[in-house]
Amino acid sequence: MEGKIAIVTGASRGIGQAIALELAARGATVVGTATSEKGAQAIGDYFEQAGLKGYGKVLDVTQAEQIDALVKWVNDELGTPTILVNNAGITRDNLLMRMQEDAWQAIIDTNLTSVFRMSKAVLRGMMKARQGRIISIASVVGLMGNAGQTNYAAAKAGIMGFSKSLAREVGPRGITVNVVAPGFIDTDMTRALPDAQRQALIGQIPLQRLGEPEDIAKAVAFLASDEASYITGQTLSVNGGMVMP
Amino acid sequence: MSSIEERVKKIVVEQLGVEEDQVTADASFVDDLGADSLDTVELVMALEEEFDCEIPDEEAENIQTLGQAVAYIEEHCEK
Repeated sequence: MEGKIAIVTGASRGIGQAIALELAARGATVVGTATSEKGAQAIGDYFEQAGLKGYGKVLDVTQAEQIDALVKWVNDELGTPTILVNNAGITRDNLLMRMQEDAWQAIIDTNLTSVFRMSKAVLRGMMKARQGRIISIASVVGLMGNAGQTNYAAAKAGIMGFSKSLAREVGPRGITVNVVAPGFIDTDMTRALPDAQRQALIGQIPLQRLGEPEDIAKAVAFLASDEASYITGQTLSVNGGMVMP
Repeated sequence: MSSIEERVKKIVVEQLGVEEDQVTADASFVDDLGADSLDTVELVMALEEEFDCEIPDEEAENIQTLGQAVAYIEEHCEK
């Protein structure tokens, strides 16, 4: 990926961090984003510590103007981004009976509409470049559902439908659009689960462990690479066999 | 400074990958020059960039030939 410019949203920790580091290790110049100044700083620091080319930038993926400004900065300072990884996401779990509309809207806006905004912002450059890789991080929950996550599951399943349609639109320009659907990965998000629930989860995974962020990063790096040039509109499940769609 | 027509023609040639002499004032981008829906969107976006003006979707639908593009730009994008 030498010479390629990549944008990874939600890159300050967890899966996003692993993806940013993996792409940079394969030669890409990576711009990682975080919602806070502190997060952006952390991104810059881990690139520096690893001796890799990368930048940390503040970005709220719900703000269209911030997205336009970031993409403009990348274009002006680094060049046309031809790899986009939509990773930023949040959870606001609750049973539907108890879920307020703002919890629904927040998830749709941050996890799904952000994918629309980011993809649209980078697409023009990719069309001109006649190449591009858009990879969005969904979830096993978008495939199988999960009690307490109607909003999250809807957003993640939405990403899959979005990506299939966009893949059909931009295929003629050599741009591929794919989804990686992680299972339960050992991150802050899953560490918040009670122990008993964690053990029960592991019992449902044929490979008998939670995934590591690097497991997802490797799959994303593959889809972003030249080797995956004939793969588009697909959802790659990386879940230890927990769900076999 | 080249004329609006020359600038538009250059963009059409680049975007659609056709020869300059094929791009007559009345040649249809879609029927005569082989443009698909993606090509026409890209073409309009390239015109917007070149002439620094926004072409609304409903107007863009009516820009099917070089002549129509030039007429639209002359009227709406003073530059």
